[in-house]
Amino acid sequence: MAQTADTAASAHPAQPAPGGGPATSAISARPTGLRPGRPRPRRALLRKATPWLFLAVPVALLLTFTYTPVANMLYYSFTDWDGFSPDRKLVGTANYSELFTRPDLFRVFFVSLFYLASGAVQMVLALYFATVLSFNVRFRNFFKGVLFFPYLINGVAIGFVFLYFFQPGGTLDSVLRLAGIHGEHLWLGDPKLANWSLASVSLWRYLGLNFVLFLGAIQSIPGEIYEAADLDGANRWHQVRYLILPGIRPVVSLAAILVVSGSLSAFEIPYIMTGGSNGTTTFVIQTVKLAFQFNKVGLASAAAVVLLGIVLVVTWIQRILVPDEGVDLT
Amino acid sequence: MSSSTAPAGGAARAPRSARARVAVTGKYLSLVAAAVATLLPLVVVFMAAFKSETESQNGGPLQPPHDWFNFHNFQVAFSKGHMLRAFGNTAFILVLSVTGTVLIGSMTAYAIDRYRFRLRRLTIGLFLLAALVPGVTTQVATFQIINSFGIFDTRWAPIALYMGTDIVSIMIFLQFMRSIPVSLDEAARIDGASALRIYFQVILPLMKPAIATVVIVKGVVIYNDFYTPFLYMPSPDLGVISTSLYYFKGPYGAHWEIICAGAVLVIIPTLVVFLFLQRFIYNGFTRGAMK
Repeated sequence: MAQTADTAASAHPAQPAPGGGPATSAISARPTGLRPGRPRPRRALLRKATPWLFLAVPVALLLTFTYTPVANMLYYSFTDWDGFSPDRKLVGTANYSELFTRPDLFRVFFVSLFYLASGAVQMVLALYFATVLSFNVRFRNFFKGVLFFPYLINGVAIGFVFLYFFQPGGTLDSVLRLAGIHGEHLWLGDPKLANWSLASVSLWRYLGLNFVLFLGAIQSIPGEIYEAADLDGANRWHQVRYLILPGIRPVVSLAAILVVSGSLSAFEIPYIMTGGSNGTTTFVIQTVKLAFQFNKVGLASAAAVVLLGIVLVVTWIQRILVPDEGVDLT
Repeated sequence: MSSSTAPAGGAARAPRSARARVAVTGKYLSLVAAAVATLLPLVVVFMAAFKSETESQNGGPLQPPHDWFNFHNFQVAFSKGHMLRAFGNTAFILVLSVTGTVLIGSMTAYAIDRYRFRLRRLTIGLFLLAALVPGVTTQVATFQIINSFGIFDTRWAPIALYMGTDIVSIMIFLQFMRSIPVSLDEAARIDGASALRIYFQVILPLMKPAIATVVIVKGVVIYNDFYTPFLYMPSPDLGVISTSLYYFKGPYGAHWEIICAGAVLVIIPTLVVFLFLQRFIYNGFTRGAMK
């Protein structure tokens, strides 16, 4: 008897078909509804503790590696700590004002613009190729695989591949010579060119991800809609404009977020390829150098707080502009 | 744009018209151009890996190597670059972190989806909010925490970080969890199974597709990650694939044939996995990004 009472009490209330309702987010909170039961006290305690037995480790890790660092970082950003000495002074907002007034520190924001520009181009290209390859094309899988593969390659390997590619007299110069453009360019050494070269590497690397995201979204639009549009005399451009684009809006906005936060936190490619020289220092390279080479943990924390703030604001704006409606593709 | 000029249904209906032929040609030209732009940087590196030292220094990058069976560079890269050790370290970190991520993610999803308890909403909120915090931004402070645990410069540092900061996997599991009928665990409960038993014997086996997704996404991320091992494991003995390859830069700075061979050694496993698991990989990344 106690068995059944226990079962009734801890049983999950029947749910409507999952995924049926408009999912507001990945985890939508459902109404709490425990059926009244009267189990024995010890069992009740065990039952209450059960979810926490499962959650103890995940929540501990979450607090330790996400929330504590954020809180500490906020605190460090108001101090002059060097990262190891036991004493640190509170310096108010000095770090923040230094960050916004020293031009050499502030210019990393402009470097992000190169990556932002390449991100915009990348999204347009991804959208184009996703549209093209969503219709019948010969060697479709080959093209799909080729476009996506760079995204899977190790970042250091990509760095070396393109160091070789951009060498003076290297691959790019040789190809340009075939096209009749002579001369050796310092693709990575000339401050005027370096950021463009690096940003185009990041385009090469991330195009595949956006392309596959868009392709998946386009293919989840039911085929009958195209047939109906065909009957109504819509051409391809109409289909793209009035069927595909509205259909994949949530995915596009998600990709836009990834592009913005990715361009602000660009690190691997420029760090591996130029180490931040020739005016290619990005926000994260600068923060890493401040914190771990120059031992200015306070200043680095302030920089990281600013970056985190920008990313959160951008995400927040996106959530307002495009409410999370049915981003669920699966 | 072209809506006013194109005859209704023209492009789709009459493939032999001149306009349509131009469109088709343009389409294939753009695809071929993209494929060449994507593959060319990789192909020249692949060719360079087979070149001898003199070939590499005197010939142009577009020339194919004389001897396609010259594996000398690979031998040098593999032994002098300590690639075996690197693959070992990566494998160790990868297996433990992926296993941990799967357990943590599925346990979280099970507890949150199947139980009603106090602070449930707060817990969900904490996980959701954490998904918005990009890992790179908090490293300055995360470093101090890793240091205070005394695991800096050990393989446990990246393992702890990979397991502890992966919210996306938790989301994937949560979403999948909701598609597993509650009646299944209810039936098990009526049969007298404990919560732990239900989790291990009912839920986990049903989670296989979600586990596959997480293993693929997480596996690729860890295999490719440079930032975490570079920051937290400076000892050469603890080099993983990324960092070991990165250290080629110093000693082989002028020896492009060796560096290229090293890069090829790192890329080949990815290529093999990709060719065999293509379908799963596309699905995995689509799901992973959508959370």
